[in-house]
Amino acid sequence: MTLRTRHPLVLALVLVALAAGFPACGANPHPWSSKERTTLQSLWIGSLKPLPPDPSNKYGDDLRAARLGQKLFFDTRFSSNGKVACATCHHPDQLFQDGLPLAIGVGTTTRRTMTIIGTAYSPWFFWDGSTDSQWSQATDPMEGPDEHGGTRGQYAHLIADFYRTEYEAIFGPLPDLSNTRRFPIVAGPVENQAASKRWKEMRPENRMSVSRVYANMGKAIAAYERKIMPGPSRFDQYVEAVLKDDLRNARSRLTPHEVAGLRLFIGKGECTKCHNGPLFTNNDFHNTGVPAAPNLPEDTGRAKGAMQVLKDEFNCLGPFSDASRDDCAELRFMVVGEKRLVGQFKPPSLRNVAERAPYMHAGQFKTLEEVLGHYNRAPAAPVGKSELKPLGLTDTEIADLIAFLKTLTGPLATEPEWLVSPKK
Amino acid sequence: MNTSQESKPDTQISRRESRNKRGIIWWVLGSLAVVVLVIAVVVAIRMAHKNSTPATPDFATTRTSDRRLYKVSFKSALEPIPINEIHTWTIHLETSAGKPVENAKILVDGLMPEHGHGLPTQPQVTNYLGNGDYTVEGMKFQMAGWWQVNFHITADGKSDKVTFNLTLI
Repeated sequence: MTLRTRHPLVLALVLVALAAGFPACGANPHPWSSKERTTLQSLWIGSLKPLPPDPSNKYGDDLRAARLGQKLFFDTRFSSNGKVACATCHHPDQLFQDGLPLAIGVGTTTRRTMTIIGTAYSPWFFWDGSTDSQWSQATDPMEGPDEHGGTRGQYAHLIADFYRTEYEAIFGPLPDLSNTRRFPIVAGPVENQAASKRWKEMRPENRMSVSRVYANMGKAIAAYERKIMPGPSRFDQYVEAVLKDDLRNARSRLTPHEVAGLRLFIGKGECTKCHNGPLFTNNDFHNTGVPAAPNLPEDTGRAKGAMQVLKDEFNCLGPFSDASRDDCAELRFMVVGEKRLVGQFKPPSLRNVAERAPYMHAGQFKTLEEVLGHYNRAPAAPVGKSELKPLGLTDTEIADLIAFLKTLTGPLATEPEWLVSPKK
Repeated sequence: MNTSQESKPDTQISRRESRNKRGIIWWVLGSLAVVVLVIAVVVAIRMAHKNSTPATPDFATTRTSDRRLYKVSFKSALEPIPINEIHTWTIHLETSAGKPVENAKILVDGLMPEHGHGLPTQPQVTNYLGNGDYTVEGMKFQMAGWWQVNFHITADGKSDKVTFNLTLI
């Protein structure tokens, strides 16, 4: 054969080689595109920024306040029946939640207990964002009729009787509460009519000083709760290996099913619309058409929560907040009074999600299978309008997604001393 | 001998034929390769497009308003524009002739065209800084993707709207 006749063969081989190689040009040596890598990195716990200070709580990073807060968190005297503490629903050995569909304090509430882990990063608290700081959140259940069931008058007296030294070292002198006619023990702006009547009869400045003790209790509890942070899961180890291009290590962290689930999570499943960032939540509010809980009154979620936080005396702009007006952008520019807020609830973090069934704001779903089945079907909302559209996931895809969600289980990044009841 | 003499041209003919046949095969192979290459290029281009935002929106940070009354630009206090973090923008407003616009009334809203929902906050113009610059507080985006931010501007009795496109990752 002459060179001339061979020429087309050479050309053909070169072209075939080019054709075969072309789509791979610029591709990474592992199965994630550069855009997907960016998404993975954004979900990675290594992307979690150091916790910024809470401008509304100047004691938030005071170790003495955290130690006092830890004692208050576990102290059952801070309730109407002497049996309920924060830790009653937020068990440290159960990821700071209780595993129940509805929280049980002195009575049964209408919502599921939310975990405390990592919530210090959130601008909004509770399922409906009805408070805007960790400290104002901490005070709220204290006077809830089905939660702690007590009053701020009672709590101020308990602080004076049992925590005076620690309290005064942090917050300054307590008011003189010894005259129980001026400072009744059962008094607060609560449902209980006797307590409410006594509260209204108090002089405004006395009400103010009791409320300040109450707010400071919340600030101490928040200083403690700011320590409760999530640690790396298998998913985080996988992403770390992917980002280092250490494929062998990555493959040892997640199974092919889990990786397939992760791909669905950031793709077809559309999960990262709401569950984004290193805490797997955008801390916003969404109507996902979760069915109403049986035997409970209609729950409009954020629509009511937005109204409540605006009126809350303990909000960022209120007299007990340490923040300047400029620090309160979330509250000042919040959406309120719009129809779209009806039926919206806050997406919780998905870290450790497999370990804390049941799911949704009233524990409507017992398993992750039920949750994924709901998102896949996207039924109409019982109140307001659901944002969901049917996803068309197959049974295998749902199984892969659940396998992935289980890789988000990890230990807490919190010193063990904070995870137990302190010695009284 | 006769046979061999007679057979020689035959062999030459058959060799020439087989050479022609081989040539045809190479050219067929070559053409196939070209087809494969074209397909690969098309697939690669499609894949590249799939991974980027729609090619149509204009992502410029300086734009002319719909009725061409104003030239508007924005600057975010945080770059790159973050997800889930409330922050402030500054917008600059001037006439098409380049004169700063003062005393404008400006309303802000946002939209994810592919999702049909807006911003998680209600941003507001809170301050006039002079020279046609206005502070916009309460900007916040709750997810990655293609966003549109609209400024509805009223000044000197005339109204216009400008839309900025953003891609957040």
